[in-house]
Amino acid sequence: MSLPNINEPLTKQSLESKTLVMEELGKEESYLRLVTRRFFKHKLAVAGLIVFTLIILMDIFAQVIAPHHPNAVSDTFEAAPSADHLLGTDQVGRDVFSRLVYASRVSITVGLGAVAIYVAIGTVLGALAGYFGKWVDNIIMRVTDVFMSFPYLMVILVLVSVIGPNLFNITLVLGILGWPQVARLVRGSVLSIKEMDYVKAGVALGYSTPKIIFQHILPNAFAPILVNATFGVASAIIMEASLSFLGMGVRPPAASWGNMLTQAQSLTVLSSQPWLWIPPGLMILLSVLSINFIGDGLRDALESNQSR
Amino acid sequence: MFQYIIRRILIAIPVLFGVTVFTFFVINMAPGNPVDMYVNPSATPQQIALAKEQLGLNDPLWVQYGHWLGQLFQGNLGFSYSTREPVTSMLIERLGPTLLLMGTSLIVAYLIAIPLGILSATRQYSWIDYLTTGFSFLGVSIPHFFLGLGAIYIFASKLELLPTGGMNTLGGTTGFGDTFFHMILPVLVLATGIAGNMVRYVRSSMIDVLGKDYLRTARAKGLRNFIVTNKHALRNALIPIITIIGMDIPLLIGGAVVTEQVFQWPGLGQLTIQSIGSRDYSALMALNLIAAIAVLVSNLLTDVVYSIVDPRIKYE
Repeated sequence: MSLPNINEPLTKQSLESKTLVMEELGKEESYLRLVTRRFFKHKLAVAGLIVFTLIILMDIFAQVIAPHHPNAVSDTFEAAPSADHLLGTDQVGRDVFSRLVYASRVSITVGLGAVAIYVAIGTVLGALAGYFGKWVDNIIMRVTDVFMSFPYLMVILVLVSVIGPNLFNITLVLGILGWPQVARLVRGSVLSIKEMDYVKAGVALGYSTPKIIFQHILPNAFAPILVNATFGVASAIIMEASLSFLGMGVRPPAASWGNMLTQAQSLTVLSSQPWLWIPPGLMILLSVLSINFIGDGLRDALESNQSR
Repeated sequence: MFQYIIRRILIAIPVLFGVTVFTFFVINMAPGNPVDMYVNPSATPQQIALAKEQLGLNDPLWVQYGHWLGQLFQGNLGFSYSTREPVTSMLIERLGPTLLLMGTSLIVAYLIAIPLGILSATRQYSWIDYLTTGFSFLGVSIPHFFLGLGAIYIFASKLELLPTGGMNTLGGTTGFGDTFFHMILPVLVLATGIAGNMVRYVRSSMIDVLGKDYLRTARAKGLRNFIVTNKHALRNALIPIITIIGMDIPLLIGGAVVTEQVFQWPGLGQLTIQSIGSRDYSALMALNLIAAIAVLVSNLLTDVVYSIVDPRIKYE
């Protein structure tokens, strides 16, 4: 599933990673360097990283970049793109470009926020289940099964519409429902890591259980969590956009890339004012695509068996 | 095996119970009252109170849930507060269009994805491989509503080749040809996403298998490459793919909410949106129940099929 390097024949690549492993034995911080090097060889991942950084910068400097306030109403509405309004104005006369810039904040907040919540929940539950085993494991895994059997989209739609569709609630709901996969991943890693000698040494030395779990076991289960979380950010962004598009996410006047496309459901807007809906759609595509490329690059770089 | 299936079904019952309890209480946390949709807008407060009493909405939540569950065991899913239709007939009416749309999309997606994945794996690092991988990333990254609107913009609005939405032309013929034309765009959108996901799994699974020793043996015996790839390798590569198919199948029921909305397709997804809009509690409960059953059944089917195609896997 990896996107390979265009210039590197397979044999040379595998030879090189072998020498890198040899180097790794000698140096302390070279694992990080090895991973970074592998990541930067993945051209699409690097491109993704650049695009995503630009989007984050747009998010931070929204006030500087956007020529107008996102909710400010001008006297020209439904105007075509012009020098003053780069992407024209919408039905109420708000500047589309400014709304586009500010809406990046919504996507980034939901993406990073929801994933942060569910990675935290999933890591703790997975670590508890894997480390303690027995009935703790049993209970946690049964709850995980229930959550995995939820008709995901439907439960999200119902929950969000019930507790009120807004940015905070969407982030929360996606965070609370998203953890089962992470929990399973972490549980699996912990199960194998806890049999390692260094963990047993930690137990014999009398370290406290939380210290063993969080300082000795979890750092070594980091790689799969990071890859999962990266892809998670991308799907959370799509989910928020879809909810907002359906009118059950972030609602106007607040701007979200998803809700900027809602009006395009009317055929007149769709066919005669493409500047209203194509730019926000492209922004969603661009950010999701860039994050997926980053995730793919990370997976290639972190997977220890580089057989492909 | 038989015992395993029975046990899995028994485990599924508390899971389903959990799902219905969860959705029931969540739905009833909603502010406002479903009775507003039931009575006519000019009803007096007395009439509203009477309707509430009749519908049992004044009972404590757990009594209401018990009532719902009791009715469920008698095969009664209740009736819609807004349209006053029985929920069962609403569901049956919507199930057909959704199954038609999603079934076609899944088949189309697999017919595209499996050959492309094989091609991509056998010609690793070729331009076909890069193109396929690129498109698969695009396919999983593009939001369905954007792709759908784009398709309507190009094929319906500008080129005027295909209808913008719905399942049949209003007042026109209702034959299969007409439905077929209405299906092209939504199937295109849904198949893009499903195929984009599938191609990546087929590719990596094929690459794994192609490196195995028994394939080298097959080639060494002098078998033609075509047979080695499409018979020996593919059969083994498809085993992990079953899991992905199993994850796609619940989409048949509940996954097309956005696409159905964009194309005004009269299926279960659109019913979900309408039910949320009109706070149609009984319809929402039924929709969630069906979707959860779909997930559980396809999980079970996946495991069973898995053990049939790969006899090394045994369940106790």
